[in-house]
Amino acid sequence: MNSKPNIAFVRDHMDAAMPPPSSEVGALGWMRRNLFSSVSNTILTLLVVYVAYLIIPGSLEWSIFNAVWEGTDRLACATTQQGGELPVGWHAACWPYVIAYSKLFIYGRYPDPELWRVNLVLVMFFAGLVPLLMPSVGGKRVNLIFMLGIFPVLALVLLSGGNFEFGQSFWEKYAIFSLAVLVAVFLYMRATENSAMGAVKSTAIGLAIFAAVILFISADFGLVSIETPLWGGFVMTLVIAVTGIVVSLPLGIILALGRRSQMPAVRLFSVIFIEFWRGVPLITVLFMSSVMLPLFLPDGVSFDKLLRALIGVALFSTAYMAEVIRGGMQAIPKGQYEGAMAVGLSYWQSMRMIILPQALKIVIPGIVNTFIGLFKDTTLVSIIGLLDFLGMIVLSHSDPKWATPVQALTSYLFCALVFFIFCFSMGRYSIFMENRLNTGHR
Amino acid sequence: MAEENTASTTEKPKVALLNDPKFRSYIFQGLLLAVIVWFFWGLASNAAHNLAKAGIAQGFGFLDKSAGFGINFSPFIDYVETSSYGTVFWVGLQNTLLIAVIGIILATILGFTVGVARLSSNWVVAKVATVYVEALRNVPLLLQILIWYKGVGALLPSVKNTVDMGAFGQLNTKAWFAPKVVLADGAGLVFGAFVAACVITYFINRWATRRQMLTGQTFPVFLTAIALMVLLPLITYFLKGQPMSLEYATLGRFGPKGGARVIPELMAMLVALTTYTAAFIAEIVRAGILAVPAGQSEASAALGLQRGQALRLVVIPQAMRVIIPPLTSQYLNLTKNSSLAVAIAYPDLMAVFGGTALNQTGQAVEILSMTMLTYLAISLVTAMFMNWYNSRMTLVER
Repeated sequence: MNSKPNIAFVRDHMDAAMPPPSSEVGALGWMRRNLFSSVSNTILTLLVVYVAYLIIPGSLEWSIFNAVWEGTDRLACATTQQGGELPVGWHAACWPYVIAYSKLFIYGRYPDPELWRVNLVLVMFFAGLVPLLMPSVGGKRVNLIFMLGIFPVLALVLLSGGNFEFGQSFWEKYAIFSLAVLVAVFLYMRATENSAMGAVKSTAIGLAIFAAVILFISADFGLVSIETPLWGGFVMTLVIAVTGIVVSLPLGIILALGRRSQMPAVRLFSVIFIEFWRGVPLITVLFMSSVMLPLFLPDGVSFDKLLRALIGVALFSTAYMAEVIRGGMQAIPKGQYEGAMAVGLSYWQSMRMIILPQALKIVIPGIVNTFIGLFKDTTLVSIIGLLDFLGMIVLSHSDPKWATPVQALTSYLFCALVFFIFCFSMGRYSIFMENRLNTGHR
Repeated sequence: MAEENTASTTEKPKVALLNDPKFRSYIFQGLLLAVIVWFFWGLASNAAHNLAKAGIAQGFGFLDKSAGFGINFSPFIDYVETSSYGTVFWVGLQNTLLIAVIGIILATILGFTVGVARLSSNWVVAKVATVYVEALRNVPLLLQILIWYKGVGALLPSVKNTVDMGAFGQLNTKAWFAPKVVLADGAGLVFGAFVAACVITYFINRWATRRQMLTGQTFPVFLTAIALMVLLPLITYFLKGQPMSLEYATLGRFGPKGGARVIPELMAMLVALTTYTAAFIAEIVRAGILAVPAGQSEASAALGLQRGQALRLVVIPQAMRVIIPPLTSQYLNLTKNSSLAVAIAYPDLMAVFGGTALNQTGQAVEILSMTMLTYLAISLVTAMFMNWYNSRMTLVER
């Protein structure tokens, strides 16, 4: 018996799938979908490609293929009209000039025999920075103490040569000041019925550390003293940006706390401070610190040009940092604040152990972005006459040895490239951290 | 019993005075105030001493004195070398605001375009927009200004070889001689007609909205508005006998004369500020549009809205809420960044007042405080306006 009914017209096996039409897969399909999906899209694509065709080959020729790569002076990059060898109408990059100037662009006029000091600082900086930026590497606390505490002091001594003079009167004043602070802390702690000795001890340690730092930078290590007018180039750009961030972190935290404080006077002061510096352009701040600041100093005290610019940059970046940190503190759920209070922590304890660790962690991308902004903004110090990276580049234009019509554009292109590499990679890092920190919420 | 209980709970516990939060906060605030007063008093006394020693004049009397230097660009305020320092201030402010206003308008248009382009389904467009944003955002603005001014500006034709751009005027290394609008009697009426068109549009819009609410019938408000705004001024223009005309520069012996002179510093500043800020605005716009959940556009499609309608009525109003606050700070940044004009000697507030006037008078305290407070005031006014706009746009929650 045949149990199968006679249905020959029904298929009893699957056909192999046909390949998709060639217009839908591969490069052709991709182009159809992404470039020519409609009439308007096609027009747009062709327009953009045409504009790119106008720009890209020209810029590549200018910067690479037609550019001069070797030479010893301006004649290498001059046309026959200008006394050189190149054909009339030649206009492209002149790289030997950048190569010849590279040392000045990086180190400024720092004396040659002492360059190892700058290099050592750079090595320490990156050696400290890289593990700090990698979330998987442990020992963040030690790392932070090194970067925010030890490294700046070492860098200061190495770059300047140390051996700062603090007279007898400074130490006398400091001793009196320390004694007064210790007594005040002791009395305050006694009055509030806390254990007085613990607080007094930690205050004493703090004061002693400060004294040790002063001793360290006033000690003579046999390093030649290098005045700041000799500093310059990319190293100075780094010095200004890093100082700005190192100073603005603690001050920004204090201001952010102040702006969220219950005390009206403290809040008002913080708001005015923050909004004032955020409301004025950095260039006015730099002018203020370079022209106005000397007027406000007592007789006999004078800051050098770099220090004045640093003060301006620090004030400015503190205000921005405070807002970034405040944003992080606002993002912490209220339950954390209430929980901290419920366990009986004091205001400072709850901030130090509960709120700030969480808040600072979520604003890491914001801090990096502030740093990128600050890093780009350091170029403004060239306007008040400091020879940072851009300042050095502008200065090099006055050197007759390399003066050609293409000199300015070549050096600007180089400068833009360096800034792009640094800022772009920092931006990528910020996005990476953002994604890493975001995972908890999704 | 009950009375005893309340009595015992209302009795205040005994604590040390310093542990009373209220008292403690008074102490801290008093200390802070004392430190601030001491600090500023110290600054003031030092400044008075130093100024007296250096023999620098004090006070704002200098504002009435003749400045004695020329300013090569002042489109709206009459300025001559003998004008006072007060006039210098106003000329600088005018030039700063000029850049800020034009820059903000251009940067908004460019920024929104690039931001939308970054989300385009067209691969080339999206990639080009990304490259634009990354390249512009990561290079310092000051450097970009210098590149536009010194690098690209050097490619402009010399006075001898002035390029005639026809309807756009003439261009050489000294300036762009743009056509100048000359107003005759009755030109005010043309502007009046435009304002009237705007007012009428406002009322038509209100009426149309109400009618749509009541009856569901729509009215082509946008087309009507365009027609009104174009036709009404145009009719007035011809009725009044064409009271506006364009004046072109004429080529003289020493280059073009007449027309509206736009100096290269202004062009470089505008191009640099616009393209730089637009890169940031593009990112804000992109983030704002991405922040609107996909369900919103799907729901509007389900309701039968066309793609354009869905964008205009559903997606963009919601995206604007996310966009406006950061957009405000970009506008403020653009205004503040216009002070970088000092680097290429465009005569803005910082360059002529905070720079040249300061060098001549030496009155750093007065001049810099005036400059900084002016920028602060501009920032605060812009922030206030945008906050007002933002509060109108925000979602009203419970």
